[in-house]
Amino acid sequence: MEIARKVHRVGWRYLLDRERLLSTLLISPALGYILLLIGVPLLLAIYLSFTNAISGHLEADFVGLKNFRTIVTDPIFLQALKNTFIFTFVSQLIVLILAKILALALAKSFPGRPILRFLILLPWVAPISLTTLAWDWVLGASNSSLSVINWTLRAVGLLGPTDWIYWTAFPESAMAAIILIHVWRMLPFATIIILAGLTSIPQEIHDAATVDGAGWWRRLFEITLPLMLPIVAVAVLFGVIFTATDMTVVYILTRGGPYNSTHVLASLAWQRGIFGGQLGEGAAIAIFLLPLLIVVAILMLRLARRTEVT
Amino acid sequence: MAVVETRGLKKYFGKVRAVDGVDLIAHDGEFLVLLGPSGCGKTTLMRMIAGLEPPTAGDILIGGQVVNDLPPRARRIAMVFQSYALYPHKTAFDNIAFPLKAHGLKRDKIKEKVEWAATLLGITHLLDRKPRELSGGERQRVALARAIVREPTVFLLDEPLSNLDAKLRHAARDELKRFQRSIGTTTIYVTHDQVEAMGLGDRIAVMHEGKVRQIGTPHETYHEPADTFVATFVGTPPMNLIARDRVIIGFRPENFLPIEIYSARDDLVKFHFHVRRIEHLGSDRLLYGSLPGKDDLSVIAKLPLTVSVNIQEGRRYEFAVRAEDLKFFERETGLRTEAQPL
Repeated sequence: MEIARKVHRVGWRYLLDRERLLSTLLISPALGYILLLIGVPLLLAIYLSFTNAISGHLEADFVGLKNFRTIVTDPIFLQALKNTFIFTFVSQLIVLILAKILALALAKSFPGRPILRFLILLPWVAPISLTTLAWDWVLGASNSSLSVINWTLRAVGLLGPTDWIYWTAFPESAMAAIILIHVWRMLPFATIIILAGLTSIPQEIHDAATVDGAGWWRRLFEITLPLMLPIVAVAVLFGVIFTATDMTVVYILTRGGPYNSTHVLASLAWQRGIFGGQLGEGAAIAIFLLPLLIVVAILMLRLARRTEVT
Repeated sequence: MAVVETRGLKKYFGKVRAVDGVDLIAHDGEFLVLLGPSGCGKTTLMRMIAGLEPPTAGDILIGGQVVNDLPPRARRIAMVFQSYALYPHKTAFDNIAFPLKAHGLKRDKIKEKVEWAATLLGITHLLDRKPRELSGGERQRVALARAIVREPTVFLLDEPLSNLDAKLRHAARDELKRFQRSIGTTTIYVTHDQVEAMGLGDRIAVMHEGKVRQIGTPHETYHEPADTFVATFVGTPPMNLIARDRVIIGFRPENFLPIEIYSARDDLVKFHFHVRRIEHLGSDRLLYGSLPGKDDLSVIAKLPLTVSVNIQEGRRYEFAVRAEDLKFFERETGLRTEAQPL
């Protein structure tokens, strides 16, 4: 009896040493958070996309694929879909090239590097809505007489006193402006990730390639880039998902205009579902890219794992 | 094949003098070992010879030509790194082929040479594997194959054995030495392991604080150390050093033996030895103790198994060193000086 009780007590005391129990305990808050704040709304959105729900009440009839059939024939939706791809693809391409250059520069040691690294990270730290508002000013999107760019051009004499450039008034320049903000926002994150990848390659590998007679370009394309591929894949994955699902930039800067030409799926879903009250249709627009994004995520993660080098 | 020479070579990192005026010659076909504790500048010296680090001052000559301004790829050197630095995403074949590709060789020529190097090192069956699928010893061979494949004039090896386990290291050492003899390429080898240095080097350059303290054959650095640093760095356990007046007297632990084993003809210097602790190391007995006197100097004696004199901890014995085995150093500078009457 005495011994049995002792064993029992000891069992309790070492309860947290059981790894299965401890791991379950530690991961459950995060899991609960994800289920409640992401899982439930996601399931709700999927449900709504198959109904004719309108804002105000959630009781609605199941309509099957009707919402999806409606939106795929809607030219505004198709434009938004195209824009989402263009914004994501173009901005990620620019981000990758710039981030790689920045990371290569920041990997070298020079006076003031910590300060520069900090400054470069700033756009990532600021809330996207605030930075978009700041860009609104810079571009003069809501009020072109406030445009920092216009005032600067005028100050250096490139713009006459009565000339105005309306950056967000034309589809092309508005799209360029949106891409510019996405690049500006994703660049710090991609740079830091690529920098981490760069510094994780042992110096001896670079030295070996140098001694083996490889020039700068050969080292870059045959050694550095292939070794960074997994981490670049992670940076791209994050970039694609952040950009493809973002609505803030479009919503604040152009509200999808001019003439619905700069809408992306997220901003269109918001406009249809919340403003327009067509909850079902909005939900269908919102989750339209979900399967594609899941496939992209799986492919990227598999790529990252397969090329793992250590 | 080439002579490698450094003249007044210096490398300062800010105030740190990593390499502080090194004059060195590695003769044609010689196996020269740079030996020293970590931070002594030996790796920096090698990296300057490789061209990976520009010198602060001084000249580097390979084959009689000053190569200071030549990039590494133009120096016709090959280097094996401590971690082997194999390219993890390339197969063994592509690793070995890389220097040839970088020098623009034709495809069939590359294949031929890679196979030649792989055969020489007995790794032809491993050519399809990635580095992570190879054992430590196999990686080392791939690294060596990559180094020899373009037939360099100089080999630079940076502690290439330190990642192998003790048993493999022995075999690899022997193999490396035979390999170097057979191809006859001038080799500079960096290590902090004095056993490795003694075993491999035709000559050893002992470095300390950026300077070469002594260059000589393994026999010379062991038996005729140039200063107290070399005396204590080369040899385990280190040479016993005792200060007497204006000199420091040094003797090797294995020359410090019980008086009864000497013959009457030997010219002996006798000491009282208080044995504090005994370590039985199989082939040897190490006796830790002190020479009783005003400052109780710590010394170590190393008795081979063949000396079976009974010795116990905590007792005092009469030990002796042959006069010819005593080395003398200046107390001020630590430099070697001629024998003095005691």
